Amino acid sequence: MKKTLALMLALAMVFALAACGGNSAPAASEAPAEEAPAADAPAAEAPAAGEASGTFKIGGIGPMTGDAAQYGIAAMGGAQIAVDEINALGGPVQFEFQAEDDQAVADNAVNAYNTLKDWGMQIMVGAVTTGSCVAVASEAYTDRIFSLTPSASSTDVTAGKDNMFQMCFTDPNQGKAGAEYITSNFPEAKIAVIYRSDDAYSVGIRDAFADQVKDSIVYEGTFTVDTQTDFSVQVAAAQAAGADVVYLPIYYQPATVILTQAKSIGYAPTFVGVDGMDGILDQEGFDASLAEGVLVMSPFSASSTDDLTVSFVNKFQEAHGQLPNQFAADGYDCVYAIYNAIQAAGVTADMSNAEICDALVAAFTADDFSYSGLTGEGMTWSTVGEVTKLPMAFVITDGVYVKP
Amino acid sequence: MKKLKTTTKIDFATYAGVTLAFLLVYALQQGGSLTNAMKSWLVPICSFIVMAVSLNLVVGISGELSLGHAGFMSVGAFSGIVTAMSLTNAIPSGPVRLLLAILVGAVFAAVTGVIVGVPVLRLRGDYLAIVTLAFGQIIKDLINCLIVGYDSHGLHIIFNLDGLRSVSDLHMEETGVAIIKGAQGAVGVPKLSSFFAGYLLVMVALVIVLNLVRSRTGRAIMAIRDNRIAAESVGINVTKYRLIAFVTSAALAGAAGALFGLNYGGLLSSRFDFNTSILVLVYVVLGGLGNIWGSVIAATVLYILPEALRGFQDYRMLLYAVVLILVMLATNNEQLKALLGRLIPKRKGAKSNG
Repeated sequence: MKKTLALMLALAMVFALAACGGNSAPAASEAPAEEAPAADAPAAEAPAAGEASGTFKIGGIGPMTGDAAQYGIAAMGGAQIAVDEINALGGPVQFEFQAEDDQAVADNAVNAYNTLKDWGMQIMVGAVTTGSCVAVASEAYTDRIFSLTPSASSTDVTAGKDNMFQMCFTDPNQGKAGAEYITSNFPEAKIAVIYRSDDAYSVGIRDAFADQVKDSIVYEGTFTVDTQTDFSVQVAAAQAAGADVVYLPIYYQPATVILTQAKSIGYAPTFVGVDGMDGILDQEGFDASLAEGVLVMSPFSASSTDDLTVSFVNKFQEAHGQLPNQFAADGYDCVYAIYNAIQAAGVTADMSNAEICDALVAAFTADDFSYSGLTGEGMTWSTVGEVTKLPMAFVITDGVYVKP
Repeated sequence: MKKLKTTTKIDFATYAGVTLAFLLVYALQQGGSLTNAMKSWLVPICSFIVMAVSLNLVVGISGELSLGHAGFMSVGAFSGIVTAMSLTNAIPSGPVRLLLAILVGAVFAAVTGVIVGVPVLRLRGDYLAIVTLAFGQIIKDLINCLIVGYDSHGLHIIFNLDGLRSVSDLHMEETGVAIIKGAQGAVGVPKLSSFFAGYLLVMVALVIVLNLVRSRTGRAIMAIRDNRIAAESVGINVTKYRLIAFVTSAALAGAAGALFGLNYGGLLSSRFDFNTSILVLVYVVLGGLGNIWGSVIAATVLYILPEALRGFQDYRMLLYAVVLILVMLATNNEQLKALLGRLIPKRKGAKSNG
């Protein structure tokens, strides 16, 4: 009897596992290798030193299955588009790209990393999530493999590793940028913060934000992954505390619930989001008119009309059937930044990983190296690995991002 | 020479099998014929073998359902990481720190096991399953509230229950290092674990569990599982023996957690969630309840399986589940069992351990 029960139980779990693993989207490598007009490619602004050539193997790590799959699929899909474009140029530098799944779990990421090493990875784009990236970065540091993460935003990712670089803002920088925006635009504001206390990203931004504007904060509410379906308590408390600005350093899915519940109790403060808020307009079942006037700090907007963005959005939609978010744009920029650095450093594919790594580190941190792409103009990198670019703030007006 | 009992033979075969497997893999590793991916599996496999063997003690031998085994792994992992990182200057030797971390992890997990076990194991029925399920969640949230740092004044710990504090509230010196940053997890963890340490831990776990099971204590534990009233009627202290099994299991899980935690540069408490507990339970059930060597093999095979299926890209987790179901069906097929019984004539297949 007990054995039957145990078997039934385990079987049920197996089905649950199957359900988790089943909802996967098309693999990144299935993206068609379209011909790309050279004019679209972001321009290298660093002078070429020596002749770069060869086929480089770039490995990508991100969650392609599981709860965080949307981020990994987007980032790896964006990177794949960039790789296809560069290969279509037919220049001396060609890329081979392979993405491995880590389910946003650190030890799986290390397994994925080693699988890619067996494949012959020379340069890494990843990992997508912070927890995975911290674990993978220490491996890549020991093995001297140059790494550029599209979206792992914690300072722990780059701390103490000279060959680990970030394409996204660090969490503290983003928190500071949010605080600066609020203090300059709403000087007398009473601020409420609602953040997710079990999420490294959310806590990282909140800590830096709270450091800057400690005295103006009238209420702080927390939630966890298990309680992100109801915010009536936090929203009511923010209203009771008289907050007129609500800062939401969280992803867009819980934010939609907050906006809906605030509306239902007639509470209309100014909502200020972060880059995780990108995607809120496309959330199914969410009345996008509720997001009117919400401030989103995002490096990328799919509704921008410049040629580079339009071309990228079209290609991404063709491959994945949906609008790209900032993760996809970060992944795309990662590959082009690496491409530019390879040309600037004159790296050839037959060099050893350590030689490529040292040359690229030197190229990325060089004074005259900068990169302009989808997520920013004139980006430069410090020796710590942090990117310097202007934060872009958008206000949602009539259902599109508008620069204030 | 006295003839050995069958159980004793099986136990020695288990030790010999694990040692042989270790020597073989170690030789391959030294010979350079293991891929990087395979090398990265070795330590987590050892951790999960210890997890499965220890959970088998509770689920198979003691007959209780525990759904929060990853909670003990978490306690062991984070206490082990704090131990290893805070002793960096005091004890330069990596293996010694690893040993200490494993011991501390085991002790902390055992203490947690006592706290959970004492009230719950006095009850009848499936309360342990309910309480351990909650326990796993509670540990995850508690560690999210934990901020730990270390400087020359020693350990700084704050418990960030209201969610308003961060690492800067530790007021550490400039040279201080943050070890656990709440929800941001443990960072900058030195990689101290090795395959050899993993093998030693597996052997220690096997010796402890197998000897416990074959001892007088083990017979008492199994007697309680099979018939509690009969066991009580012959004077067996039910709570005591159930507690022995549960706490031993918790301690081993803590040790496995410390080994696991010190194998990666960073660790989040969300790694040890309900899914991880269930994963270990699946190892135990597929290996056979009460069957220790079965747990060893199941943990090894099922850890490698999703990694080996990487070639199938996005469909790998789907295939993993399908394979699990097929294995489950195959091992419970009467005809297959009969066939196996004919192939190995002296197999005591008739014994039911359910």
